[in-house]
Amino acid sequence: MKGNLTHGELASRISKATGEVFEMMLGSSAEPGTSRVEESGVGPTEGVVALVGLTGPLVGTGCVSCDADLACRLAGHMLMSEFTSVDADVLDALGEIANMIIGNIKTSIEDEFGAMWLSVPTVVYGRNFTTRSVGKHCWTVVPFACGSNVMTVQMFLTEANDLTKMIRAGLTVLQKG
Amino acid sequence: MPVDVMIVDDSAAIRKILQRVLVQADVPLGKVHEAGDGKEALEKLQGNPVGLILSDINMPVMDGLELLSKLKADDGLKAVPVVMITTEGGQAKVLEAVNLGAAGYVRKPFTAEQIKEKLIGII
Repeated sequence: MKGNLTHGELASRISKATGEVFEMMLGSSAEPGTSRVEESGVGPTEGVVALVGLTGPLVGTGCVSCDADLACRLAGHMLMSEFTSVDADVLDALGEIANMIIGNIKTSIEDEFGAMWLSVPTVVYGRNFTTRSVGKHCWTVVPFACGSNVMTVQMFLTEANDLTKMIRAGLTVLQKG
Repeated sequence: MPVDVMIVDDSAAIRKILQRVLVQADVPLGKVHEAGDGKEALEKLQGNPVGLILSDINMPVMDGLELLSKLKADDGLKAVPVVMITTEGGQAKVLEAVNLGAAGYVRKPFTAEQIKEKLIGII
């Protein structure tokens, strides 16, 4: 990874941002486990997965995933309601949790790397699916214990390639023109 | 006197939370209107005057900064205070919002207390 942002530092930012979101928006806590680096790029295969893309000097993806029970519980904390199954409100809540966690990490990264942009979150729910990032990237993966369940936050960030830089430079020229 | 409010966010969850937070913050709420993006907000504001707008920045169709700029260019709406509530916590975005005329800026995640503090003096 370019610059001084090591996987350990990214894991630390993931823990801090996730802790903040849990404390302020869910009135709850999430205990970070041991972070790890995964090169496979293969994500979870069931449950709820919320994905947020990042672009700018660095490009990448942030992913928050958990099982259906925990998704219902987190949405319940957030919306002060009870959810017994995954519905639109639960998916929306998980998307927003991912948006806030990844958004806070993005803000902290911008101080060192420059302005970055977030995509609108995409949330997937199901069983027996496969998620895979195109290309070979190292993911920083941090598990969080939430009662007896586990929520995982994982991210990869890599330097924007030349094509991305050229497109961005072109857009800047167009905006200035 | 009750204040009618427009909450603009593409997340229904955040719209619900903000409505709850406004009550917790002792805002004398009148009607609460909701919109999922800036374009929908502008449409709903026609014929539904409000005393306060809370808006996200990152939204599909029309983002919060474009909404803010259109509100400030509209003689009938430019006096309505707009508070941006967003994950966009970078200084550049804050400055852009302030320069466009935002009355306040709150970073997500937020507490009811932070929203209350921000609204003191605005409404």
